[in-house]
Amino acid sequence: MDPAAAGVEFIGTGADPTRSSTLPEEFLKRTFSLISSEKDRSSVSLVCKDWYNAERLSRRHVTIRNCYSVSPEMVAARFPAIRSVTLKGKPRFSDFNLVPDGWGADVQSWLNVFATAYPFLEELRLKRMAVTDESLEFIALNFDGFKALSLLSCDGFSTLGLEAIATHCKNLTELDIQENGIDDLGGDWLSYFPENLTSLEVLNFSTLTSEVSFDDLESLVSRCKSLRVLKVNQKINLHQLQKLLVLAPQLTELGTGTFMEELVSGSVNDLENTFSKCGNMHTLSGFWDATLLHLPVIYPVCGNLTFLNLSYANIGDVELEQILSRSKQLIRLWVVDTVGDKGLEAVGSHCQLLEELRVFPVDPFDQQIGVTESGLLAVSIGCPKLHYILYFCQRMTNAAVITVAQNCPDFTHFRLCIMSPHEPDYLTNEPMDEAFGAIVKTCTNLRRLSVSGLLTDLAFEYVGKYAKNLETLSVAFAGTSDMGMEYVMRGCPKLKRVEIRDCPFGDSALLSGLTQYESMRSLWMSDCNLTMNGCKKLAEEMGRLNVEVIKDKDDDVSLASKVYVYRTVAGPRKDAPHFVVTL
Amino acid sequence: MSVPLEHDYIGLSDGSSLERSSESSNISSDNETNNAVNLKATELSLGLPGFSKDSEENAAKFGPVTKNFMLGAKRGFSDVYVDGSSKWVLNGGSESDLGKGIDGVSEKNQISSPVLVKPDEEKKKGPVNEVGRALPSAKAQVVGWPPIRSFRKNTMATNLSKNGDVAECNLVSGGCLYVKVSLDGAPYLRKIDLKIYNNYAELSKALQKMFSCFTLGECTSNRNNGREGLSESNLKDLLHGSECVLTYEDKDGDWMLVGDVPWEMFIDSCKRLRIMKGSEAIGLAPTKVDGKLQ
Repeated sequence: MDPAAAGVEFIGTGADPTRSSTLPEEFLKRTFSLISSEKDRSSVSLVCKDWYNAERLSRRHVTIRNCYSVSPEMVAARFPAIRSVTLKGKPRFSDFNLVPDGWGADVQSWLNVFATAYPFLEELRLKRMAVTDESLEFIALNFDGFKALSLLSCDGFSTLGLEAIATHCKNLTELDIQENGIDDLGGDWLSYFPENLTSLEVLNFSTLTSEVSFDDLESLVSRCKSLRVLKVNQKINLHQLQKLLVLAPQLTELGTGTFMEELVSGSVNDLENTFSKCGNMHTLSGFWDATLLHLPVIYPVCGNLTFLNLSYANIGDVELEQILSRSKQLIRLWVVDTVGDKGLEAVGSHCQLLEELRVFPVDPFDQQIGVTESGLLAVSIGCPKLHYILYFCQRMTNAAVITVAQNCPDFTHFRLCIMSPHEPDYLTNEPMDEAFGAIVKTCTNLRRLSVSGLLTDLAFEYVGKYAKNLETLSVAFAGTSDMGMEYVMRGCPKLKRVEIRDCPFGDSALLSGLTQYESMRSLWMSDCNLTMNGCKKLAEEMGRLNVEVIKDKDDDVSLASKVYVYRTVAGPRKDAPHFVVTL
Repeated sequence: MSVPLEHDYIGLSDGSSLERSSESSNISSDNETNNAVNLKATELSLGLPGFSKDSEENAAKFGPVTKNFMLGAKRGFSDVYVDGSSKWVLNGGSESDLGKGIDGVSEKNQISSPVLVKPDEEKKKGPVNEVGRALPSAKAQVVGWPPIRSFRKNTMATNLSKNGDVAECNLVSGGCLYVKVSLDGAPYLRKIDLKIYNNYAELSKALQKMFSCFTLGECTSNRNNGREGLSESNLKDLLHGSECVLTYEDKDGDWMLVGDVPWEMFIDSCKRLRIMKGSEAIGLAPTKVDGKLQ
């Protein structure tokens, strides 16, 4: 639970009047400092006032999953000894352009408080936050011992900000830049790492598009002997990769650059030899433009791989088979649907230990190529330990999913995306209700569910009835009436995050979740049938929720086309832009 | 039907399909093949949309949303109104009518109110989106669907147009057949149109000329001056004489020696060429002793 929840709940319990013996605070603090699990820490903090204090004083890491659920001042007041912060901002649908620019989640207001409260801050992990170059420079200049920066799906900064980090963070161990809306102004940033910086352990710039100075990169890799994660971008070719790997055979995770390269066969052997010296390597990614011409260079490490990310390699089943037949230890696999059902059959036959599979579409808008229900079936038969699936496909059948559920009853994350909205079972033309019904009935540990295809209220009735451990639900283009959402809101006690788009759910559905919203982190509903009146009603009834409507200038004034509801102890946002109306 | 009305009908905000047409023509030539389809689809023409054969074929390729509108142009029009926000809104009860009333369109494609791409939102992440294979005006993308992050979408789009270069050209019959030619050790690759040659002889001559500035110049032997109508075996002589081996990548991704199969079969399956030199050629080609083939 994040502090917001714990804070809200604690106010209720108050001091413990019946305590007879007290353990010294120092003893408690020492003991609690060994507890890293946040869930455990939350539980511990609820026992009594002494334990609450000992916990908060000994805590080094805090995760805030919604930056508006609590204010930075509150966090700093409760936890004075924090060294590491994970902060998440915008609703997840902002990844898909559903949240307008300038919505918020600016990290600077947090940094201002941290600069005074946590001068010894070492780690900052941001997801879906708005981060400017000034903020990055602020981090670089205000936290002397700063070590680790991770930016995932953030936007608002450029490579200039990275220059600042590289220049000033003398003890940097981690720089992890992933999938951000970044202005890549050029590759000089890497050259700003000083010659005496040798502490780097993690360097990931795989999603930056411009070239970095290879000489500087080579020098950096050479002098950072503790480097264990290196993920380069597409501009690094195989020759250069070879040079880097020779310098860093200790790498545990490698993201390659481009495989499009006319390597003469001598070099191919060299590269293969170099890989064979990488005995610790368990994770591989990158593989842009990979073909069977050069993929064999990785064969020496395949036997040790536990995570293989081929999601940027448009390879077919032949290439995949070659790799997988050598990669029997794989636990996580990400591929593109160019591998086809045949490729997935190879997955089923070689990867008995597989627990997670993600299949991305090479071309989301082309209806010809891809994977179908038979690929999914093949994987479910061959991989009994599978518990996480993300599957993009053009067509699916109820029968296949029902069988998949029976084959893999341990699913914790089931994310099926049938890419055409309202697509029914392509064999029977029926809605996909029974498919998801089977999943929720059979997979009792299901925590995350994404539904798609043609769905009636029946699918949601199943979810409400059976998905008792469900925490995250994503719904799009589904349902027939308010009842659909009501089934879910009434039936699933453990919901944390619900995101709905383009469904016929109206005010009555929104209000049916009244009792749930305070125990949930957030609810997103866009392009449903909500009205301003309905939202106002919700806001009136529930004081500790922020009910925000994102107004589109073309909207009818009475309609609420984008609604974001979340629990908070910080009151309405003080930084809301003009188009965000808090009711 | 007047032109502005046609725009309204397709449901885009005023002038937006025009915007896209001009964007399409500005995109680099790499995407020309893709955008040829785009331009066709966005072509302004008098007459009711959905009546021309081409637009029907295109419509068949697109998602169900557009299908209904393109094919059902005449019938569906009264069931659809576009409100000021360029959002398609269907009258509630008419969804199934829309489905039923249109020949050849399956009834299962029911639509609630999909939000069409709004130009500013679609271009949110900057110019990179223009490279994407979106056919917005005809294909009616829904914002943020399927749920794939921008970086991945943009990367895939770039990859597709890169690979599409070779793949699509190869499929064009009677047109061009550009394949890349690499020479080991050379700093850059070349591209040639296989269609302009009739046999291996012409190909080898062209390659000689092309790479004459590199060491392939060794391959130009006096033996061949003035000789015409080189056969396939002569090509092998020519190249083997200077320890060069011409190889090609076929449809299956395998690297084969050039010259084994008839010319027609060769250009049908050749995806790229590679001139290998020296030690890499060992084991691949018959060795030469004293000027004669073993």
